[in-house]
Amino acid sequence: MANDIKVPTMAELFAEGKSPEVLFWVGCAGSFDDRAKKITKAFVQLLAKANVSFAVLGTEESCTGDPAKRSGNEFLFQMQAMTNIEVMNAYGIKKIVTACPHCFNTLKNEYPGLGGTYEVVHHTQFLKQLFNNNRISLEGGKFKGKRITYHDPCYLGRANDVYEAPRELIRKLDAELVEMKSCKQRGLCCGAGGAQMFKEPEKGDKDVNIERTEQALDTSPEIIAAACPFCNTMMTDGVKNKEKEDKVAVMDIAELLASAGDL
Amino acid sequence: MEYLPNILFGVLLIAGIGFFSRNVNSLLRNIKLGKDVDVSDNKPQRWQNMARIALGQTKMVVRPVAGLLHIIVYLGFIIINIEVLEIIIDGLLGTHRVFAPLGSIYNFLIASFEILALLVIISVTAFWVRRNIIRLSRFIKPEMKGWPKKDGNMILYIEFVLMILFLTMNAADFQLQQLNAEHYTQAGAFPISQHLASLFQGMEVSSLIVIERTAWWLHIIGILVFLNYLYYSKHLHILLAFPNTYYGKVVPKGKFKNLDAVTDEVKLMLDPSADPFAAPAEDEGEPGKFGASDVSDLNWVQLLNAYTCTECGRCTDECPANQTGKKLSPRKIMMDTRDRLEEVGKNIEKNKGTFADDGKQLLDDYITREELWACTTCNACVQACPVSIDPLSIIMDMRQYLVMEQSSAPSELNNMMGNIENNGAPWPFNQMDRLNWAND
Repeated sequence: MANDIKVPTMAELFAEGKSPEVLFWVGCAGSFDDRAKKITKAFVQLLAKANVSFAVLGTEESCTGDPAKRSGNEFLFQMQAMTNIEVMNAYGIKKIVTACPHCFNTLKNEYPGLGGTYEVVHHTQFLKQLFNNNRISLEGGKFKGKRITYHDPCYLGRANDVYEAPRELIRKLDAELVEMKSCKQRGLCCGAGGAQMFKEPEKGDKDVNIERTEQALDTSPEIIAAACPFCNTMMTDGVKNKEKEDKVAVMDIAELLASAGDL
Repeated sequence: MEYLPNILFGVLLIAGIGFFSRNVNSLLRNIKLGKDVDVSDNKPQRWQNMARIALGQTKMVVRPVAGLLHIIVYLGFIIINIEVLEIIIDGLLGTHRVFAPLGSIYNFLIASFEILALLVIISVTAFWVRRNIIRLSRFIKPEMKGWPKKDGNMILYIEFVLMILFLTMNAADFQLQQLNAEHYTQAGAFPISQHLASLFQGMEVSSLIVIERTAWWLHIIGILVFLNYLYYSKHLHILLAFPNTYYGKVVPKGKFKNLDAVTDEVKLMLDPSADPFAAPAEDEGEPGKFGASDVSDLNWVQLLNAYTCTECGRCTDECPANQTGKKLSPRKIMMDTRDRLEEVGKNIEKNKGTFADDGKQLLDDYITREELWACTTCNACVQACPVSIDPLSIIMDMRQYLVMEQSSAPSELNNMMGNIENNGAPWPFNQMDRLNWAND
């Protein structure tokens, strides 16, 4: 990885008899999707800057089973969940941070019933804590005064009532946070949830991500901030569809912070 | 003959309440067709939800105009019903304004009923205008054709007429009091109906009594008819909103239930010491069905949800799929569930207590697959519902049936699930490449 940051795996630390402060659950998008990999790296840079001892599962990580469960395949979901729980319990994992709200929701809410109970936080909550504990700080930065609108991911917002952590982080950038017509509890979905990401939409007169992108563009933002790799893809596609990609960037909050701090 | 009105009143009251309890029995029988579900947890939270959401109307005011109008009608309904108590006592005992000795308190009560009655008339008119003149989009969606549309208006007409009868009764009473008519005690304050009384100026006492009595009787008959109309109407929410908010979801909205039957099987599959050839235990019955294809596969809270739905359409209005022209409407999911449940209930009645297969089910005959697959599970509908209905849980149960019983997911989803099975990710990437990003 750039900047020569070492990304340790749980297996390596375990062999050395160490255990990290937190497990970074990367997720499938964060591991494989080219766009989402940038979010993963930005978050790792922030973790390194704050001297957080962390590790990833690496090749021992497997899909949480979220898209299978939302598709109705409870078998596959529970197979995935129990396999992952076995791995994490063997390492004695206590705390997990993830940049994907779908992984976050599943790990936090649906794993405990299957034997996997951990403290699970979303990366925006984790970063907020780092700021609060003065483990990380930001002076002005290049987003000062920029218009940023924030898109609430359903599985972070409505599903788990996390609305403020991401917004607080945006305020740290000294940026102008503008809200869309539908936000917070009434935020409009990007169209990817419930495994829609992996299929063609049903017949209709518009795609959901276009509708949501229009709401975002109505705020005349310079940046659309996202906090979910899937929302990021949907909004990026929406902005391209509107041929606004030269003027409006879609960025994850971790990327905004890493880029503002010039990491 | 002197007691004829009292007897007639008693008979009407008993008939009205009798029919109502018959309706309640059918309602309970139908709801109990649902599967059992443990809702004994989080009692303090549940009471709080009921107090806040049903009694306190907190979610109604998310939409301020409809919210305010609704609170007026709701308060009017609850408070004016104190008057019904007096009407019932008067009717049975042949008294007139039996609470009159309360004096100034009585005057205050009657005056506030009158003001509320006027506000209800205004609100109900505004509701009618929203439905029929402005035609708000959520009231003219495809599922709102026919009975649902008529039902919505019928409720408004009944409420309007009841309030007019109440004020007419008071106006005639006020006029009779002015004329010192016998039997008409000087009681009550009539800030609204005293203005209507001028219409009765110069009328004989006997004609005024006919007007007063007619309005009085029609008012109480109207209330009894309305009570029995509830079971056939979306208006059932005035009663069921309370239990429904109590039994509503008390865990994070993103937490979907894990199927215990699946857990047992998966544990067995992952247990290296399990004997794959072991004979099933003697007492093991038929393996349960996964997911839901008909109302009896849903749990009773989901069925209670269906009866509680008042078809306001806030869920559908917030649904991303519906907003972008897809067939899915969370309100229709609830309406279909209730319609099918009613059909099953009638079938059971007809066949003396047992359900005779009618070759129909909730899936396909009511709710199509296209609707189910359009859902993004975003919880906007659940958030929007002012009475804690969860249409998403029904959609998910039906998806489980489609996938686990019928293997009929859309092919792209089958590809995605195949990838998860084979390489632990929804895309065809090698699990061994999971950490490659760290070395890019």
